[in-house]
Amino acid sequence: MKIREIAELLKAEVPVCKDKIDEEVYSACAADMMSDVLAYVKDQAVLITGLCNPQVVRTAEMMDIRCILLVRDKKPDSVILDLAREKGIVILCSPHRMYIACGLLYKAGLSGGEHCV
Amino acid sequence: MSQDCIRLEFKVDSENFASAGSASESVKTQLKLLGIGSSDVRRVAIAMYEGEINMVIHADGGKATVEIYHDRVEIILADRGPGIADIALAMKEGYSTAPEDIRALGFGAGMGLPNMKKNSDEMRIESKLGIGTTIYMTVRLT
Repeated sequence: MKIREIAELLKAEVPVCKDKIDEEVYSACAADMMSDVLAYVKDQAVLITGLCNPQVVRTAEMMDIRCILLVRDKKPDSVILDLAREKGIVILCSPHRMYIACGLLYKAGLSGGEHCV
Repeated sequence: MSQDCIRLEFKVDSENFASAGSASESVKTQLKLLGIGSSDVRRVAIAMYEGEINMVIHADGGKATVEIYHDRVEIILADRGPGIADIALAMKEGYSTAPEDIRALGFGAGMGLPNMKKNSDEMRIESKLGIGTTIYMTVRLT
């Protein structure tokens, strides 16, 4: 699935790295605890989260995640956006809640990788 | 075996939580530039980032030293924080002494030390209450 399709499906704005939205991504993960992302995520390219601070971008960078989908209408500040721009990580901002966002993406064919930890 | 290495040193600053992880980012960039495989780079990055976050949360920062050899990366994280009272307990998944405000920032789930061990091939913790903690990690390059 292209990042562009995720944005359209979830009515998301793309405040940073718009030039990368035609990249393909094949799996996603969702968490509000970055500790869990660091401990359990393997090769997911999209991070769905309601947490909105610079450590989300740093965690994504460490895990080679290429797109962060902020749910619940969270608005990233300039520190977050500058860091994401520097790292080339796309940020999407969707008004959907986490459960709905995950459900819509899963239904559209974006997998979550392995089922259990 | 050649013992030539690239040595990097960082001061881990705890004053601004937003900047936590910048040392790990620098190391990751350096390893990528050296052409080291992405899974090895990620293991080093995760191990060091978890350590860096711990230093910021628990110890008012500290010093990180990274030595890159041809077959391994050695990471030394030294702080002058309160020390770890019970290392075996601290290594247990889910055990955390992080305050609630840190959990609100997405950390403090008690996964840091176990995840550092998981992503390194060797890990040793030296800690003295009231003096500080030093963690030595080795990640072998595949």
